[in-house]
Amino acid sequence: MTLSHCLLLATALFSVGIYGLLTRRQVVAILLSVELMANAANLVFVTFSRFKGGAQGQIFALFSLALTVAEVAVGLALVILLYRTHGDTRVDLASEMKS
Amino acid sequence: MSASVGFGFVAACTLLSALFVVRSQQLIRAALWLGVTLLATAALYAMLDASFLAGVQVLLYVGGVSVLMVFGVMMTRRHEGIVVEAETVNVPRGVFAAGAVFGVVAGAIQMTPGLEAPLPTPPVVTIQDLGRGLVIDHVLAFEVVSFLLLIAVIGAIVIARRRDPGEAPIGFMPRRKVPAGSQEVSP
Repeated sequence: MTLSHCLLLATALFSVGIYGLLTRRQVVAILLSVELMANAANLVFVTFSRFKGGAQGQIFALFSLALTVAEVAVGLALVILLYRTHGDTRVDLASEMKS
Repeated sequence: MSASVGFGFVAACTLLSALFVVRSQQLIRAALWLGVTLLATAALYAMLDASFLAGVQVLLYVGGVSVLMVFGVMMTRRHEGIVVEAETVNVPRGVFAAGAVFGVVAGAIQMTPGLEAPLPTPPVVTIQDLGRGLVIDHVLAFEVVSFLLLIAVIGAIVIARRRDPGEAPIGFMPRRKVPAGSQEVSP
């Protein structure tokens, strides 16, 4: 378990998130992919906090956790609004700005 | 030695469940696999001596976000008992983009010297350090984040609120654009 192992794992997680982001059409699935990517970023924060010492990385990871939770709350609200107005939750349905 | 075996196991769990998240054909399964990924990441945090963060990850993510995601899947269904399919489009594009990002970053990691050092033994970050950092050193960011959480919750309520019948709906569109091929099943 070296620094490069942890970083490679985080990179792989981030890439999987990118794949999901580009290939999914349901909004909820896209949110799941964004969660994966945020998770990878947090892993990098914690990794550097461990290998370089100091609590800064973990504190930043805590802030990042809070931001992700806020993002999920607003994102799910948008999903529900999209479902209520369009009857489905595919992203390509929400392509117009005006009805 | 056992630590590296454990790391390999947890890393494999994380990556496999992440792949299931993006490949599952059913949306609800993808949401549940995300819980597994987050749990494995919590185990990684514990291995990296960030026990408080591991606990926060389990409480906030595995207990909060994944449940929220399951709610999101369940609340956007018109009929009960329908398996929600999660379609996958443009697979070559996704593979290319993800592979390109992974290749560039992994190459940069491989070329950077000094990353192969084994795990050092730095002074352990205690929960006191985290608390002091949050409310003394970074108190402004802490307050800003709490304010942002408040705004996010209020915004979520305003966006998802069911509007009164007489009220002019914001961004309302009649349900006329349900395309053919959606998962609608006529009763």
